Amino acid sequence: MRFLFDSDTWQEIYGSIRKNRVRTAITIIGVLWGIFLLVVLLGAARGVDNGFKKIFGDFATNSVFVWTQATDTPFKGFQEGRRFRLKMNDIEALKSEYQEEIKFLAPRNQTNNLIVHDFKSGNFQVSGDYPILDQIQKKKLIVGRFINENDILSTAKVTVISENMYKQLFDKGEKPIGEYIKINSINYKVVGVYGPSNGIDLDGDTAFIPFTTFKRVYNTANNIDWMVITANPGIDIEQMESDVILTLKNLHNVHPEDKRAFGSFNLGVQIAKVTGFLTGLQFMTWFVGIATLIAGVFAIGNILLITVKERTQEIGIRRALGATPKSIRQQIILESVFLTTVAGMLGIIFGSFILFIIDATFGQGDDAALINPTVNIPIIIIAFVTLIVLGTLIGLIPAHMATLVRPIEALREE
Amino acid sequence: MIKIEKLHKSYPIGKDSLHVLKGIDLHIKEGEFVSIMGSSGSGKSTLLNIVGLLDIHDEGHYYLNGQLIKDMNEKKAALLRNKFLGFVFQSFNLISYKTALENVALPLYYKGMGRKERLQVALDYLEKVGLKDWANHLPNELSGGQKQRVAIARALVTKPKVVLADEPTGALDSTTTDSVMDLLKDINNEGMTVFVITHEEEVAEQTKRIVRLKDGVIISDEFTKASKAV
Ligand SMILES: Nc1ncnc2c1ncn2[C@@H]1O[C@H](COP(=O)(O)OP(=O)(O)O)[C@@H](O)[C@H]1O
Ligand SMILES: [Mg+2]
Repeated sequence: MRFLFDSDTWQEIYGSIRKNRVRTAITIIGVLWGIFLLVVLLGAARGVDNGFKKIFGDFATNSVFVWTQATDTPFKGFQEGRRFRLKMNDIEALKSEYQEEIKFLAPRNQTNNLIVHDFKSGNFQVSGDYPILDQIQKKKLIVGRFINENDILSTAKVTVISENMYKQLFDKGEKPIGEYIKINSINYKVVGVYGPSNGIDLDGDTAFIPFTTFKRVYNTANNIDWMVITANPGIDIEQMESDVILTLKNLHNVHPEDKRAFGSFNLGVQIAKVTGFLTGLQFMTWFVGIATLIAGVFAIGNILLITVKERTQEIGIRRALGATPKSIRQQIILESVFLTTVAGMLGIIFGSFILFIIDATFGQGDDAALINPTVNIPIIIIAFVTLIVLGTLIGLIPAHMATLVRPIEALREE
Repeated sequence: MIKIEKLHKSYPIGKDSLHVLKGIDLHIKEGEFVSIMGSSGSGKSTLLNIVGLLDIHDEGHYYLNGQLIKDMNEKKAALLRNKFLGFVFQSFNLISYKTALENVALPLYYKGMGRKERLQVALDYLEKVGLKDWANHLPNELSGGQKQRVAIARALVTKPKVVLADEPTGALDSTTTDSVMDLLKDINNEGMTVFVITHEEEVAEQTKRIVRLKDGVIISDEFTKASKAV
């Protein structure tokens, strides 16, 4: 190991690297390109990943939405094409039957109404909800609070509105909390204002009111428009979706094979597709990057091998002057490691630079495609160490070839 | 210094083998200046390579500085070469991307000498061959004679016991030949053993002993006028 810290060793290497400029350049470009690709691809993949994460945002992604349509099969004396409604009893039935699977279950009723405040007004969605909705999709409250259990129990006439609605209905600087707005000519007290949500937004600009209040005001009795079911972690969301729908078919006297009676949208499955794509992307990145790296290192080995042939005479001279096979071997391996390392560092630097540019051009703003395209330091270190190890290993072959050079062969005068 | 007894050497050529040295007996004492003459292909270089530990003999005995050369591995040979032997070749064999000074210093590097000291010693030897001013020139900036003088400086720099020169003047014109021979004579006068291969009579005559080789055997071994003059 001492020879590593010997300035002469490096002098020798510097000399031979300078002498073989073309070779040096080619090898460096080979490995540089490999590690550059690895850094940029990994960074970009991560950026895309972050971008998707942002789209999912604060939404509980393993959720299914279920609603009713019309049956497509006659069953138990009912005609085909029957329309029916989800009921509150369904909620209780599902809750007790799927205790382990279901994390949140939110029944929802929605309508559109004119909302008025003083002389300002607008048409918005009105939604009757339970506080649980805030857990399925986190509301970013700017002021105040979301619907709570008390509101539900007391069928309070309170509402939580969006920031946009506030801007449209209120004067600039006016305090919304405690103010009353008229929804369908009925006064509701504003208890909270929420900002735009991160990622998926189910409802847009909506006035949330307590589910029980909605029921009373709009006379919905036990009917429900649709429901959101969020599964516990580890639950097969696709399986749960079909199980729940089967239970519901049973409750509503719908043929088990009926395809149309219930509509559903499985967010979990859709997201799994994207996640699968992302995993694939990551895998591809690693594959391409590592393959390129290995190709680069092999190029170095190959070129060293060629130069060993070109340098036969030089090696012969060195041998005649007293170079031991070991010193020749060390020099060639060290050249290989040195070249790979320098190339690797340049690759990392250029790669980071490109990521920086990508970040600056595509990674800014709310709807950026890539967010924080970065590569972990540990990954860089692993890549780097791998490079050094590969550089050593690949240097072994030409180094061995060099020791096989016999001085007389190299020095024979023709 | 060099003692060779019944030395044989063959090269395999395909299935056959070419018997190049057929029983050489040669004894060179310390401080001698010997030339080997013979036509091309007579085995001069082969003999020199064996003496220089660049090649191994098949049969017979070879003693270098009293040590029997047997079962040499590359490492041992490298060490002995570095310690006892200096080489000068017909085509100079300087490393093209190193300056004259670095070329001369290279054997000292393999000896393990520090850079500063090494370059100082190398410079002294370049001065000795009259090329101090050319120290920082690359080989391709030097004339043939200058290159050979650099090579001689390189052969001398480790203070070897024996300098082996394979046709050192073969690529030089007559004036530069003389300057190189003068240099070798100087070295010999300082007490170093010098062993030169040549096929030029004028060159051989400047040495002190001429060994003639033909078809792998020594046909004559005589001291020259030059030896008697001293
Ligand atoms: N490595 C080798 N392999 C096969 N034949 C060789 C080898 N080296 C030398 N020879 C042959 O041995 C003979 C003697 O060569 P050499 O010693 O170089 O002669 P000289 O130096 O006297 O011209 C020549 O015929 C040459 O072709
Ligand atoms: Mg010859």
